[in-house]
Amino acid sequence: MSYDARFRVWRGDADGGELVEYTVEVNEGEVVLDIIHRLQATRSGDLAVRWNCKAGKCGSCSAEINGRPSLLCMTRMSTFSETETITVTPLRAFPVIRDLVTDVSFNYAKARQIPAFAPPDLAPGEYRMQQVDVERSQEFRKCIECFLCQDTCHVVRDHEDNKEAFAGPRFLIRAAELDMHPLDARDDRADFAREEQGIGMCNITKCCTEVCPEHIKITDNAIIPMKERVAGRRYDPLVWLGTKIGLRKD
Amino acid sequence: MTAELEHYDYDVLIVGAGGAGLRAAIAAREAGLRTAIICKSLFGKAHTVMAEGGIAASMGNVNSNDSWQVHFRDTMRGGKFLNSWRMAELHAKEAPERVWELETYGALFDRTPDGRISQRNFGGHEYPRLAHVGDRTGLELIRTMQQKIVSLQQDDERESGDPESRLKVFAEVTITDLLQDAGGAIAGAFGYWRESGRFVRFNAPAVVLATGGIGKSFKVTSNSWEYTGDGHALALRAGSTLVNMEFIQFHPTGMVWPPSVKGILVTESVRGDGGVLKNSEGRRFMFDYVPDVFRGQYAQTEEEGDRWYTDPDNNKRPPELLPRDEVARAINSEVKAGRGSPHGGVFLDIASRRTPEEILKKLPSMHHQFKELADVDITKEPMEVGPTCHYVMGGVEVDPDTAAAARVPGLFAAGEVSGGMHGSNRLGGNSLSDLLVFGARAGRGAAAYVQSLGGERPSVDQAVIDAAAATALAPFEEDGGENPYTLHQEMQQAMNDLVGIIRTAEEIERALAKLEELKARAHHLTVEGHRQFNPGWHLALDLRNMLAVSECVARAALLRQESRGGHTRDDYPTMDPHWRGRNLICSLDGDAVSVVEQPMPAMREDLLALFDGAELAKYLTPAELAAMPGPAAPATAPTATSTAAPTDGSGA
Repeated sequence: MSYDARFRVWRGDADGGELVEYTVEVNEGEVVLDIIHRLQATRSGDLAVRWNCKAGKCGSCSAEINGRPSLLCMTRMSTFSETETITVTPLRAFPVIRDLVTDVSFNYAKARQIPAFAPPDLAPGEYRMQQVDVERSQEFRKCIECFLCQDTCHVVRDHEDNKEAFAGPRFLIRAAELDMHPLDARDDRADFAREEQGIGMCNITKCCTEVCPEHIKITDNAIIPMKERVAGRRYDPLVWLGTKIGLRKD
Repeated sequence: MTAELEHYDYDVLIVGAGGAGLRAAIAAREAGLRTAIICKSLFGKAHTVMAEGGIAASMGNVNSNDSWQVHFRDTMRGGKFLNSWRMAELHAKEAPERVWELETYGALFDRTPDGRISQRNFGGHEYPRLAHVGDRTGLELIRTMQQKIVSLQQDDERESGDPESRLKVFAEVTITDLLQDAGGAIAGAFGYWRESGRFVRFNAPAVVLATGGIGKSFKVTSNSWEYTGDGHALALRAGSTLVNMEFIQFHPTGMVWPPSVKGILVTESVRGDGGVLKNSEGRRFMFDYVPDVFRGQYAQTEEEGDRWYTDPDNNKRPPELLPRDEVARAINSEVKAGRGSPHGGVFLDIASRRTPEEILKKLPSMHHQFKELADVDITKEPMEVGPTCHYVMGGVEVDPDTAAAARVPGLFAAGEVSGGMHGSNRLGGNSLSDLLVFGARAGRGAAAYVQSLGGERPSVDQAVIDAAAATALAPFEEDGGENPYTLHQEMQQAMNDLVGIIRTAEEIERALAKLEELKARAHHLTVEGHRQFNPGWHLALDLRNMLAVSECVARAALLRQESRGGHTRDDYPTMDPHWRGRNLICSLDGDAVSVVEQPMPAMREDLLALFDGAELAKYLTPAELAAMPGPAAPATAPTATSTAAPTDGSGA
């Protein structure tokens, strides 16, 4: 059941690098991360790759396989033909540290810009929420922070200079999650998404949704509703009027 | 070399960023201390995210009969009375407030119909007790505390302009040694940035170890690469002690094939919903392994076992549903007898037992897991499963109230790296609650210790730092040494085969001989490349931790001549009350591990009163029973039960 596969793995650091060719044994049932580990153990002990759980739950082993942002641990070798050359490269949207490891600190900086959950004026243990209401936010809390959506999003992937103004899909769903949290005490999440997170730059191509390993409907369930809330409040004259005369507190 | 060493000053240094570490950091920062968190991985990736089931806490949201007393009792039973009763008491009492607190950080648990936190049933828990979010509770716990830490940083930014003025996360840093003053008090820690390989020194009078477990010493494990026993080994080398190291929980059904998923858990629900275990001859072998004590409670024929699923009142349950340790031992025996599956496990078959529709309806996540990870359709083919190393009950010997580690001032430990709380066997759901309760206590304990120093800071000799740097660089110094990956694989194989789920003196002694050989060979490792993000180098440094911890496991396992919880001796197959009151304490002298017996403190009277005499008689020696005060003392007392905790459940 074993065969020898041809791999090209990007090796290098911030100063540059190249695709290195390997012919490496593949056994039945393996995933791409198994092959990378085999290269480490038998060929290149210093081949750098991030990984943790190897079960698609921690979001560490993000890279690009044949150009597609993917989790190395969730990409089965059986999805390729035995004659195919498999190319593994680091996430393109982030600076390379070494080999398949990139500097993802951009994401942690963006996380710190979002105002935290604002607890209601309730004692611990007194929180009451309905399952149907928490489920909307729970969908976004499935996020494993693999940052594949950040990597694939054209707004930052092809335009480094947008990074300052645009938080990326992962943090737009964080904004939506807080906006939909039944007990979050802030009411300015949508305004923040527009003014500080650059939600207007998203042009809804749904690439983020396509690469999400948790199958979160990032565009449909988070970004579009948030955009509509922004649009509704900004431009809908009836909403504006209602707010002004005190009929509607939004 | 050390003149330009990067260094930082903190009050409290937390080593580990899983549930216990993050909760400790929150507590230390809220006590007003400057706190640093060291993550071996990226922030938010800790092994805690793998926890599925839930957080055990007797909130009583689903069954109002639940109380801390019932939770305490379940925990002691699960641990076969070897638990630190004080830790089990604090844990049971404080778990509910720690869970409710998470909601104030933004956690979103699944709800009951009346809007409270829902709670689910789990093995060994008398009432529905586990707060959960589907099957991703650990992820929710980590993300919630990660976001709480960010919110504390935002507070600090508003106050001082610098979000990291009082709480900073050092991601992808590995600590290789603790730093101590001449008297042994903690002065800080030494480590390296994984990214650059540069060394870094932290000056801090208090260190909280929260590094998790040791699963990577075993070939088949559900644990991630980080679980190399770092905190266990750091504590040992600093002069502290480990307790209960012989107790390791092997879950009976981990995946063994394909290799990509070896060790990953297969939930017990597969068997609960009709799945059966078969050997290579197609035989349902569990019928051959029902021990005498359970004989009356389990079906003796396949026909009766099969009827139980639809008519549990008139039939006995099939033996596939025996306790975890029994099932794991049976699988192990079949494999050793040459009746295993092609890849060293046995077959778990639900495909021939239930229709595809039923399987998809009842086990959607298992179906998804096998499909995505293994390309196996469990509606069409059997799974291959075998025991997998899941959790270490043993760990740093700590003071229950403050989490202070034994013998080393300024050292604290919480979570899986600490020992005592779970005794010889941990109940599902008690891990996440342990992290929260003792994480918070360790953070507060460390803060109180630092405040008690009144500004005095232990200092460390330059020679200590130079030695730490030299040790870390040794694998680059030697040419022609061995590949660390090779040594790691040999160690995992030896631990798996010889100190695994079933042990004998002869096998443990062979393991110890192998470990001695590996220890000698580990002095001559060679890694290629340079210090920048070099996994070969990282493994070389982790190896010495795994070797020290493995030796503790093996030596303690050799000494304990009984079978209890996560320690099964084929040559001493029964539980022996004379061993119950004794802990085995590991310490390090040079690179030699020694183990001594230490009597356990007697349980407080009001806690003893929660159990009836007949039950206590199973665990305590006649002398202990005779010495007991009050009405619970006679072993014959059949009716003494807790008044505080009515028991109308089955307790199963």
